Amino acid sequence: MIFRKKHLTSIDAGHYKNTADQQTEVMPVPAVVKISMSENIGAPCKPLVKKGDYVKKGQLIGDTDAFLSVPIHSSVSGTVLGIETMRSAMGGNDTYVVIESDGKQEEEETTAPVIEDQPAFIKAMRASGLVGLGGASFPSWVKFNPKNLVDIDTLIVNGAECEPFITSDHRTMLEDAQDVLDGAQAMMKWLQAENGYIAIENNKQNAIDKFNKMIVEQGIKNLHVFPLQARYPKGAERVLIYEVTGKQCDAGVLPAALGVIVSNITSTAFMGKYLKTGKPLTWKRLTVDGDAVANPKNVLVPIGASVHDVIEFCGGYKKEPRKILMGGPMMGRAIYSDEQTILKANNAILAFSAEQAAIPEETACINCGRCHEACPFDLLPTKFADAYQHKDVQALRDLQVMQCMECGSCSYVCPAHRPLAFMNKLGKAMVKEADKNARK
Amino acid sequence: MPENKTTPVEKAAVKYKTGLLVSNSPHMVTKLDTKRTMLYVLIALVPCAVAATIFFGPGALARILFGAIFAFLAEFCYDKIMKKPDTTGDLSCLVTGTILAMNVPADFPIWMLCIGCCVAIIIVKCLYGGIGRNIANPAIVGRIVLLLSWTSYMTTWPVTNFQKATVDATTGATPLGLLSDGTIATTPVSLGQMFLGNIGGALGETCTLAILIGGAFLIWKKIISPIIPCAFIGTVFLFALLYYGFAGAPAGYNAFTMALFHVLAGGVCFGAFFCATDYVTSPIMKRGKWIYGIGCGAMTMIIRLFCSYPEGVSFAILFMNIMTPLIDRYVERSFYGIAKKEKQEKAAAKAEAKAAESSGKEGAKA
Repeated sequence: MIFRKKHLTSIDAGHYKNTADQQTEVMPVPAVVKISMSENIGAPCKPLVKKGDYVKKGQLIGDTDAFLSVPIHSSVSGTVLGIETMRSAMGGNDTYVVIESDGKQEEEETTAPVIEDQPAFIKAMRASGLVGLGGASFPSWVKFNPKNLVDIDTLIVNGAECEPFITSDHRTMLEDAQDVLDGAQAMMKWLQAENGYIAIENNKQNAIDKFNKMIVEQGIKNLHVFPLQARYPKGAERVLIYEVTGKQCDAGVLPAALGVIVSNITSTAFMGKYLKTGKPLTWKRLTVDGDAVANPKNVLVPIGASVHDVIEFCGGYKKEPRKILMGGPMMGRAIYSDEQTILKANNAILAFSAEQAAIPEETACINCGRCHEACPFDLLPTKFADAYQHKDVQALRDLQVMQCMECGSCSYVCPAHRPLAFMNKLGKAMVKEADKNARK
Repeated sequence: MPENKTTPVEKAAVKYKTGLLVSNSPHMVTKLDTKRTMLYVLIALVPCAVAATIFFGPGALARILFGAIFAFLAEFCYDKIMKKPDTTGDLSCLVTGTILAMNVPADFPIWMLCIGCCVAIIIVKCLYGGIGRNIANPAIVGRIVLLLSWTSYMTTWPVTNFQKATVDATTGATPLGLLSDGTIATTPVSLGQMFLGNIGGALGETCTLAILIGGAFLIWKKIISPIIPCAFIGTVFLFALLYYGFAGAPAGYNAFTMALFHVLAGGVCFGAFFCATDYVTSPIMKRGKWIYGIGCGAMTMIIRLFCSYPEGVSFAILFMNIMTPLIDRYVERSFYGIAKKEKQEKAAAKAEAKAAESSGKEGAKA
């Protein structure tokens, strides 16, 4: 990033927004939910309930004293069947609270939180159980409580949704627009940010128009809609900050250090709703799509429902699934079984049949440089791959491998179908390992 | 009790899909793979093939087809004999063969073309490890081998179908040949005819119009970056403009027309769009592409103006191909600040050593 550019490089990965026009449907309460105790980056929660306990919807079932954490609430009412350990999509063994639903959905009594100062806002945000809902699952209250609070001047609400297939943020913008505005205004108030931007890719014109209209109608002065190019990866935090403010956010630098806080649009909408009702985060809007799903649609699902149940609600499998993704096709995670349960940060479940999931054969690198041209940060993925294969940590460091945000653009454009993004990840891991050893 | 209650037995009966494919993201890839890229290059060569057929007759087309076939067979046989996986599917051999065939005169003996293809594919590409590993452009090396082995065949140019009507000869000279002989003043060549390709020369490289159509197609499809052709042709133009501006142009031309003459003559355009832009042997980064393109243009003009060969495009491209790893390394080191960092580190180490030395001296004094 040496030359000042108007836009960072991006790629056209197609949109496939098949479900953008469908009203969100509410999934019936499943018989059993398994709620993971590792919903966020940081410390996992300890279960606060035991086998045989009766829990209500919205009741606190997991919490911890560790700093980087958020509490977890039950998404159904019913009886706790037990505390289980299961291998999660991340590969670790996580603790799950298994609750058998009684179908009554009895709710814990809640009142709207009373907020008079910034610490109370942060406390309410933690109590709501909110994590970054765009997929990073970073505890929101930590992000909204930066050390340099006075420096924060800009809030960016991220409604880019650049991943193909996913439309859940788009539906949130259309269906819960008022919550988005309320949430954004509350966030700006307590961050004392002068400017707020709702960044939306220009392939969601109806959402842009809707917000523009509402902002004018309600006379909101310092909140603006910022249309983005509809290309991948405009929704990545560091790219988004550059596009909206022109500030360069290198890896390892917190956006707060630049005076910017980025909040996902669904997180913002949830916060707007929470401040009105006090109901914690227990249900989540998901896009269910992919060629193996019979009726692709957006559904509101309880956290802890199994992927199997969610897809059953969408008409089951049309074809034999070969690959199921949590998240979008560019950065989503492939899961090994549909027994996995929905986490807070999930925004899509995509099921693909064997022909869609086929991994193309890798051929020789032809040195075309398209990976470099596709990289938003002008890195050299092909050289990272070479350096990784030669175990050359110094070269990886020199070429700034740590700047890579693993967006996958390089792998997408590679005509030889080399797994460049994967090798970048391995290269980053190798540098981290070497740094760790050097410190010893 | 609600009806949807599941007993543990029923729960076990739920058939979960397990053993799903787990792979790293991204889970989708572009359709523009190596094969399709090469196919686009072949399509871009079609206008040149059409122009060659119009100007030089069906013999030209036959040579292009034979070039492609020989190159394909050479790679196919090499893979079979060496028991390697068949790599002809990526079509890059067809591109090499076609480009090589477009670099020879329209009446070139076909068995010689066959040898050129074998050299290009087997020696330059396959022996170096196949596609992506070669250090020089196979077609360019093939052409140079043919030029050095059968110089007279490679430099005897048949006249075009349209020239036959006015000229009573079967072979003619290229504009660059006339320039090199010093006979350009007596037999001037019109720039318009050069642009259309109604001049002597290798069968694919005479018609600049067709080359521009093919090149524009490649740039539009984002197969090649416009930097290399622009830098190459721009440098040739400027170099010629400055040279003839100072040294004086031959009679009937001025510096500007001579600059255009050099761009349109010989293989500058064909080389700039189709040979110099070969991915494998050109730099990756933008800054490197500029250096490479300018280098190609400058070398071409140096050879044309100051050396004994009338034409220098292929030598210039070969020279810059060999320089490519160096350019790449230089650009990488400057772009990511590696060279600067190393310099600072060295200076810091030196200062430290000096400090240690002086403190050591003081220690000894004490």
